Amino acid sequence: MTPDPYFFIIIFVGVALVFPLLPLALAWLWRRFFQPPKPGAEKNATYECGVESIGDAQIQFRSQYYLYAIIFLIFDVEAIFLVPFAVAFTGLPVGAFIAILVFLLLLIEGLVWAWSKGCLNWSK
Amino acid sequence: MSEQIDEGLRSELQRQGIWVTSMQDLYNWGRRSSIWPLQFGLACCAIEMIATAASRYDLARFGGEIFRPSPRQADLMIVAGTVTKKMAPQIVRLYNQMPDPKYVISMGACAISGGPFKEGYNVLKGIDRYIPVDVYIPGCPPRPEALLHAFMELQRKIDEQKLTGADRAEHLNAAQPSEFPVPAFGAHDLEPPANPDVFEPPKIDRT
Ligand code: SF4
Repeated sequence: MTPDPYFFIIIFVGVALVFPLLPLALAWLWRRFFQPPKPGAEKNATYECGVESIGDAQIQFRSQYYLYAIIFLIFDVEAIFLVPFAVAFTGLPVGAFIAILVFLLLLIEGLVWAWSKGCLNWSK
Repeated sequence: MSEQIDEGLRSELQRQGIWVTSMQDLYNWGRRSSIWPLQFGLACCAIEMIATAASRYDLARFGGEIFRPSPRQADLMIVAGTVTKKMAPQIVRLYNQMPDPKYVISMGACAISGGPFKEGYNVLKGIDRYIPVDVYIPGCPPRPEALLHAFMELQRKIDEQKLTGADRAEHLNAAQPSEFPVPAFGAHDLEPPANPDVFEPPKIDRT
């Protein structure tokens, strides 16, 4: 008779629970019976390479970079397209040339739109 | 070795394949076989410490190769090098942030007394002014063998620490402090210049 295939998963779950919980329980018992806890202001302080920590860790960053990042990304992709275009330029048919010009125009249009919206100004 | 077990009986049992030990021996054996040092070096002595940890001298043979970058995981602080007065508060703070049990090896003349810079205006005259030191290694710099020797001395010390009783190890005694005050920068020197609870000035015999 073969055991249920899921039986092994139950064994795994059991081992996975006992393996971390047993040392934790032993450590807890050790603390309880032998080693008195000695917390302190310095000991519990934030570790910053021994330097006293300044300020709060939960600070927020302003998200103005986000618009720049998006515009940069678009032009980054454009550059990737332009390089093979420039390499193959002499052998290109007229249709391909017009296609890439349309592509460039679309992006320039986007830039003009973003500019006129004030995306390139650093908003406070 | 613990006193409760008769040594003759113990070896007799061992011959029959029965291994008898005490909780204290087991605990100390585990601790002394995995002393993890805090990873930092202060000056030229640190180079020797690095050499000790590297393959030629191989601190791993003694269970001390895992240099921890965080004091929370470290058992041993090797003060390897010149402790400047600017650095001393950070060292004491790092020591405070290490969990018990913790040990300190004062490596080299600088960490012991200021060494060649003893009369310098900016060098602390020994880290034992602020934190308790377990093993001192003289030398400028001490050779890696000396650091290994200090490591073995520390293991010997750990082996002898008691689990219970009045003379039990410090970290098991609730009355023993595990933090020491961090010195502050004063106008001319660190304030206080030494912690009187830890530091005992050497007696000078002028006869
Ligand atoms: S004891 Fe010598 S080798 Fe070590 S840090 Fe001081 S000057 Fe450098």
